[in-house]
Amino acid sequence: MPIVMDADRIGRALTRIAHEIVERNKSLDGIALVGIRTRGVHIARRLAKALQDITGQEIPTGALDITLYRDDLMRHTVGPQPLVRLTEIPFSIDDRRILLVDDVLYTGRTIRAALDALIDFGRPKVIQLVVLVDRGHRELPIKADYVGKNIPTSAAESVQVRLQETDGVDDVTLQQEGA
Amino acid sequence: MSDETLPVATALRHKDLLAISDMTPEEIRLVLDTAEAMKEIGSRTIKKVPALRGKTVVNLFFEPSTRTRTSFEIAEKRLSADTLNIAIASSSVVKGETLADTALTLEAMNPDMIVLRHSSSGAAHLLSRICKSSIINAGDGTHEHPTQALLDAYTIRSRKGGIAGLKVAIVGDLLHSRVLRSNVHLLTKLGAEVWVCGPPTLIPVDIARLGVKVTHRVDEAVEGADVIMLLRIQLERMQGAYFPSLREYFSVFGMTEARVKRAKDDVIIMHPGPMNRGVEIASEVADGPFSVILDQVANGVAVRMAVLYLLAGGVEHHEEAA
Repeated sequence: MPIVMDADRIGRALTRIAHEIVERNKSLDGIALVGIRTRGVHIARRLAKALQDITGQEIPTGALDITLYRDDLMRHTVGPQPLVRLTEIPFSIDDRRILLVDDVLYTGRTIRAALDALIDFGRPKVIQLVVLVDRGHRELPIKADYVGKNIPTSAAESVQVRLQETDGVDDVTLQQEGA
Repeated sequence: MSDETLPVATALRHKDLLAISDMTPEEIRLVLDTAEAMKEIGSRTIKKVPALRGKTVVNLFFEPSTRTRTSFEIAEKRLSADTLNIAIASSSVVKGETLADTALTLEAMNPDMIVLRHSSSGAAHLLSRICKSSIINAGDGTHEHPTQALLDAYTIRSRKGGIAGLKVAIVGDLLHSRVLRSNVHLLTKLGAEVWVCGPPTLIPVDIARLGVKVTHRVDEAVEGADVIMLLRIQLERMQGAYFPSLREYFSVFGMTEARVKRAKDDVIIMHPGPMNRGVEIASEVADGPFSVILDQVANGVAVRMAVLYLLAGGVEHHEEAA
């Protein structure tokens, strides 16, 4: 189970992304972070803290659950429904610049669902995508604006992100599927 | 969120929701947790998610109902299901069709779910045996009204943080109440101490076997209670003289401010509706600071969305000779 990112590298990647965000957006006024449940939310919170350390500004941060927008929902005739968790976006996204945050970018289907969900909340000025890991194999025309690390993978591999908040440890590992 | 350390199921085990007595505590918590997420959808500007797109839900109501039917319909629409309402007065039932034939006729049009309200106990079970669609019991006779108990539990949990260990006093017409039966099953499964109270003529025989404490004295039921739940006096189901008069009922069992004072300082007052003011509940109590009666209505939509969503995916059930 090779570790492709350890706690140190994750921390540095997020700090670099925070600097890129500051650099690419002239001002952080009107910016908000929305993390995709579960791990995207924790990464969004860490980015909010990193941005505050750099600029002193507090960035509104929300959590988005995309389950009810999944394109494979109800496609399987038999099987338990995926769990729905709470969406918390305690601010209006109208005319804001939204940084959508997830842990791994793979097929792009989660992001498609997240974009649909976000649009139901209002009309943001811009949506930019932040991911900790981009592992390739896109099935939809979606591209990240900020990437922690590009990890070339085969379809038979899976990328596991573990974070302190949910898993007690920070790392990214590459696993053979079914192994 | 509450009860965070308690186990939660990952799915419901049956294709239907017929009775709380069939559910495990883990399944009940799954519905309540899912309802937390559904509640947020109702607070958005666009109160709609695409989860049940392309699913057809038939609301088949053989008894008059405003709140339950409306609540289900709003829940279905918020999940993007196609809904169809069939009320008794406009259906072939008045032409003599049986419940089974009505259901099979509807089923031939291939709905995904049927929400059934019927005056006969066991009507939902009958449909679940003959229909492939998921059946949701929206009240069958004097048997059960599971979604009402689930929304009551949701309301209690959101106010009290949990259900285990609470003293819940249920006062009113216990004999004719499907809400009582569903609530007793649910609250005892989740570890509440349930007291039931009413005139002896309106208490079902053997109710104590469901694990509740029975009393005819309101003051004893209400003493130190965390939750007071009132049940409607169902005059339409009463074929005999169960008590001398409504005024006498109110003076002996009606929930007044004086009686509420015996409960805990942070007691909540619940009523599944429709209320008879001045019979089972005084207006000052119904509209008072402890009343969560309108919360119950609001939470009903979220809980029904959760049930619809959880049943819509289909459950791994064993079909005979498929």
